[in-house]
Amino acid sequence: MAAESGKIDPMHQFEVTPLGGGFHLGGHEILFTNSALWMVVAAITLGIFMWGGMRRQLVPGRWQAAVEGFTGFISSMMTQNIGSEGRKFTPYVFSLFMFILFCNLLGMLPLGVFGIHPFTVTSHIAITGVLALVSFAIVLVVGFWRHGLHFFSLFVPHGTPLPMIPIIAPIEFVSFMVRPFSLGLRLFVAMTAGHVLLKVLSGFVINGFNAETVWLGSIVSVLSFILMIGISALELLVAGIQAYVFALLTSLYINDAVNLH
Amino acid sequence: MPQIAQLTADNWYLASQLFWLLVVFAGIYIVIGRGMLPKIEATVDARDRKVADDLAAAKAAHAAADGLEESYRQQSEASRAAAQKAVSDAKDKAARDAEKRLAKVDAELSEKLAAAEADVGAARTSAMAEIESVAAEAATDLVAKLSGVKVAATDAKAAVKAVLHG
Repeated sequence: MAAESGKIDPMHQFEVTPLGGGFHLGGHEILFTNSALWMVVAAITLGIFMWGGMRRQLVPGRWQAAVEGFTGFISSMMTQNIGSEGRKFTPYVFSLFMFILFCNLLGMLPLGVFGIHPFTVTSHIAITGVLALVSFAIVLVVGFWRHGLHFFSLFVPHGTPLPMIPIIAPIEFVSFMVRPFSLGLRLFVAMTAGHVLLKVLSGFVINGFNAETVWLGSIVSVLSFILMIGISALELLVAGIQAYVFALLTSLYINDAVNLH
Repeated sequence: MPQIAQLTADNWYLASQLFWLLVVFAGIYIVIGRGMLPKIEATVDARDRKVADDLAAAKAAHAAADGLEESYRQQSEASRAAAQKAVSDAKDKAARDAEKRLAKVDAELSEKLAAAEADVGAARTSAMAEIESVAAEAATDLVAKLSGVKVAATDAKAAVKAVLHG
């Protein structure tokens, strides 16, 4: 993390580095990168976690109860927000929630101590943006497939007075079109900001101990370290909350598509 | 900022990011979302259903037990009433029998009493008659001894009768 000059670059952690395995696809070179590695790690970890919940016992053990807690959380969210039809979309929202949650949490692991630098996949807007676009595309496809052109009535809320429609409809349209950006941006910004903050503080810790006036630097280091502990806890919370918000908003948008207003 | 840099057209890793994201997420969706999640949900649903069924069965068993207890109570009440009726019937019968026997014995006794009274009456009249004749004989003898007069038996008899009967 530390550059040669002793300065610490908090953005270095977001850099994508190739790990090999390149091939060409449609004129683009596809490389296996550290980003891809951590996606795969998240997928495998998630797979192991879910596999532990597959024992299908009548009285669940701890692991099975944990997995069923997650599935029950998402499926109850879907039925609450969408109704009984929401169960059809549970696999997608569950995959989305668990993938984001595991990517967020894996990026928080203090593996740097062992020389392995975790890469937070969800701190890249290319990733979160694509996930948001997939959710948005599902909303569009489901909406037009179920309601046809009647889906456009989404832009006219119930009880809008007739003269207000020309004003309300464009506003609703813009707010609708902004959804994928806000959805993707929110997760990306939360993850990036949290990780930058942690790296800046850890830079304070390192530079404090290396300072010329050791006593002053030590005070700064210790205070920064205490702050880091608190912010790490906060970031764990944010990791869960952002995954939840992403899944919740996706389910609300799908509800718009399924039930209109 | 690497995140923004990759959105430029000539970035080398944007394609890799998107490719691997689609591969991994599609894998998660198919294997976990479509494969594992429904099984786990089916387990949860089966458990919920079993719990609901068991609760219903317990409720039904409770109701059956209540019914059984009620019928048992009714049965025991009925048998108690029957027992009480049998006891009171037996008492009545015994009382009636005793009355009947008593009446019979009473009748017999009063019959015997009447017969005995009749016997006593007869004995008394015969005794009276004997006494009269004995007294008349005695009177005749006394008169004969004292005065030497022979009194006719009939006269003696009449005199005795007059004395005896006042």
